[in-house]
Amino acid sequence: MPILETIGLEKRFGGILAAANVNLSVKKGARHALIGPNGAGKTTVINLLTGVLRPTAGRIMLEGRDITDAAPHERVRLGMARTFQINQLFLDLTPLESIGLVVSERLGTGADWWRVVGSKPAVTDEIVEVVERFRLTDVMHERTAILPYGKQRLLEIALAFACRPRVLLLDEPAAGVPEAERHELLATIEALPAEVTVLLIEHDMDLVFSFADRISVLVNGALFVDGAPEDVARDPRVKAVYLGEELDA
Amino acid sequence: MVTTSATAPLTPVLADDVAAYLKRRSRWSPLEVVFWIFAFASIWLFPDKYLILKDTAILALFALSLDLILGYAGIISLGQAAFFGIAGYFSGLVAKYGLINEPVIALVCSGVVAAALGFVTSFLVLRGSDLTRLMVTLGVSLMLGEVANRYASITGGADGLQGVDIAPVLGRWSFDLYGHNGYVYCLIVLFVCFVIARRIVYSPFGLSLRSLKGNALRAAAIGIPVKWRLVAIYTVSAGFAGIAGALLTQTTAFCSLDVFSLERSADLLLVLIIGGTGYLYGGLIGAVIYKFLQDWIATLTPQYWQFWIGLVLVVIVLVGRERVEGWIAAARGSVARLGDRLWTRIRPRSAALGGAADGD
Amino acid sequence: MLTILFDGVAYGMLLFVLACGLSVTLGLMNFINLAHGAFAMAGGYCTVILVNRLGVPFVLGVPIAFLVTALLGGLFERTLYVHVYARSHLDQVLFTIGLVFMSVAAVDYTMGSSQRFVQIPDALQGQFDVFGIGMGKYRLLIIVICGLLTIALQLILAKTRFGSRLRAAVDDQRVARGLGINVGAVFGITFAVGSGLAGLGGALGAEILGLDPTFPLRYMIYFLIVVTVGGTSSIVGPFLASILLGIGDVAGKYYVPTLGAFVIYAIMIVVLIWRPQGLFARSTAR
Repeated sequence: MPILETIGLEKRFGGILAAANVNLSVKKGARHALIGPNGAGKTTVINLLTGVLRPTAGRIMLEGRDITDAAPHERVRLGMARTFQINQLFLDLTPLESIGLVVSERLGTGADWWRVVGSKPAVTDEIVEVVERFRLTDVMHERTAILPYGKQRLLEIALAFACRPRVLLLDEPAAGVPEAERHELLATIEALPAEVTVLLIEHDMDLVFSFADRISVLVNGALFVDGAPEDVARDPRVKAVYLGEELDA
Repeated sequence: MVTTSATAPLTPVLADDVAAYLKRRSRWSPLEVVFWIFAFASIWLFPDKYLILKDTAILALFALSLDLILGYAGIISLGQAAFFGIAGYFSGLVAKYGLINEPVIALVCSGVVAAALGFVTSFLVLRGSDLTRLMVTLGVSLMLGEVANRYASITGGADGLQGVDIAPVLGRWSFDLYGHNGYVYCLIVLFVCFVIARRIVYSPFGLSLRSLKGNALRAAAIGIPVKWRLVAIYTVSAGFAGIAGALLTQTTAFCSLDVFSLERSADLLLVLIIGGTGYLYGGLIGAVIYKFLQDWIATLTPQYWQFWIGLVLVVIVLVGRERVEGWIAAARGSVARLGDRLWTRIRPRSAALGGAADGD
Repeated sequence: MLTILFDGVAYGMLLFVLACGLSVTLGLMNFINLAHGAFAMAGGYCTVILVNRLGVPFVLGVPIAFLVTALLGGLFERTLYVHVYARSHLDQVLFTIGLVFMSVAAVDYTMGSSQRFVQIPDALQGQFDVFGIGMGKYRLLIIVICGLLTIALQLILAKTRFGSRLRAAVDDQRVARGLGINVGAVFGITFAVGSGLAGLGGALGAEILGLDPTFPLRYMIYFLIVVTVGGTSSIVGPFLASILLGIGDVAGKYYVPTLGAFVIYAIMIVVLIWRPQGLFARSTAR
């Protein structure tokens, strides 16, 4: 059974069809990449998956459970978290506070209004684990707003990871990261635990082919090709619409 | 779920550091201690100023309630007077008709009534844009004012609620003419409410409020039920405003229609702007400055006090609220540093601990 | 019954003239101007001074009031408001409430706190009796003037070059700027005219609405209701909202006087919950 599946997913904006009959199937533990040229509807699909947008038709299943009508925050609790293409961080909080917030929320103490943040060892231990995994130890007391971009990008993923998702959606994680800070970011993504299923939405073909074990190509809002990286790379139709230009360049 | 970390095992130093840092956030700073010592010392320091001090304490509590939603959750409201007013009338009526005689119990009940109103209206307020929020909050308080005006047989209408007789607090301390007990009562209530607000602000719940004020989209994406958090804080804030309103009625044995007025809500915004939002003391310091200014200007031109309030508002906005708050923050920072330095001299041991936590 | 309808329409027309400037400034610059009523009050007091003290004829006094408040509005816009457009809504609210407080106190200081009336020419007093409906002459005049103004405004917005620029700027400021429209100037003129209309409304309405220093506070909520219920995308919405509000208020006070303005506030809240973008706003899908 696929861990994440969409059935006939469709989204219309007025007369424009941004996603048409998308049947995406992500296997448990997969490193699945969703690629496609600009305007292919990748962001629409991720917004549908996470509940920012409501589909006009179709269903979304997470671990066999229908989550089409679940609110964004409920999907997180059901085991799916995402990062954003453009950083969505809490600029006034420190990385430590931000991660502490997510961890408290996940451990069910988020609505606790009497205890001080971090008074429970379970919470602190998990904060430490996330901070170390995402190499944020040296900046954890700084205000997020003043962090270098690469660190902000790491924090972006750290916040989603701290939700302990079984499915993690990464929306162009490497976008805009300067070359010098890129390696650290990619190494962190490589090191994500194997049991976490990753759906990667990406532009960068090097990253996609080095990371993904399965690739879906989205064109004009519809799934075009779906298969192993070698097959996708070899597929002449994909080359024609998309990869050709990218690979030649 | 057991963490299967591929990275190095947990470094105990780091874990301690994190725990210490998170706890330190909520530690009472020396400056805060001084603030409250001074606040309580005012009982003996200014025995001829009880009336204005009492009004200041009530205003401070009222401003604190607005700070919880404006400063921590980013909700603009022009209708905080609705909660102040309804609890004011409630506490007056229960005392007048002898339903609840003990003031502290009546105070708590008034807060609960206001919080209930806050809970119900929160669903109206939390949808729509800033403008809609302004309209709905303002509309609710005007509506209540209208109701109080129309049912004059119960509320006294434009003449105000008369004949309120407040029993002694806890059956022992009655409200005397000089306002001594009234002031002490208000100050203690303010302090208790402040401690609760402080707990809230430093709790995970408070942290989640700050996060959704900063970025509601992301807050939802990390699993925070944004709407319910806002409903919760709006309700708590309404309760605090209600307690402030009830204090006013109890200490003056009177309640009039102007508890619902727009001016009351607008003045409150001014108080908070003077003191700065989002750090709890803003409302308290703002209230002290505001009352001081009011007292001073009133001796010059008692009738046209409103003009000067207006001028202050206009000037603050033109100068730039951020800049004004920046000055206040800078002043606060330097005073805090001074305080810390003094503290270091007095308590070298605690300073050493603090220093260790700083050096990461 | 019909008399109430008639009075309600007159009242609503008046509200529209008072509030339409606010609707345009809110739509154009997304600016919340709570001080709009202060300009209306300025128009009212201007007429009082001209007509009652200086003996200027009423028919002349009202247009002068329009000009004076328009100039005043333009002056304030250029010197003060321009600095606040880009600020947060909270700042705008604080700023304009500050102006309201200042205007209230200043008028109280110079004109006294008692209610003032404009001396209306004898020819305009009394009633017509048409098919058993009592129609006050003065109210009829208000309906005619405000009706003509509404038509004129609609024509200006729909037909003239300035109107199309204004609509372009309301729809999308950045695009309008890109098209070479001087949005700042468009807004300045609109603000001045809007204030002038408020002044005109204040001058005409002093008789019906009552003129005293608390005028801007008393009617602030009414203007805001017109704007929020009517929406800001056209002037038709605020117009219909004004008429409904006028009739509702007059009828409410007549039939259920015990509830008073309660009905109006309740209706407003219901509408805002039901249609947060306004009752008559274009229901555009995102």
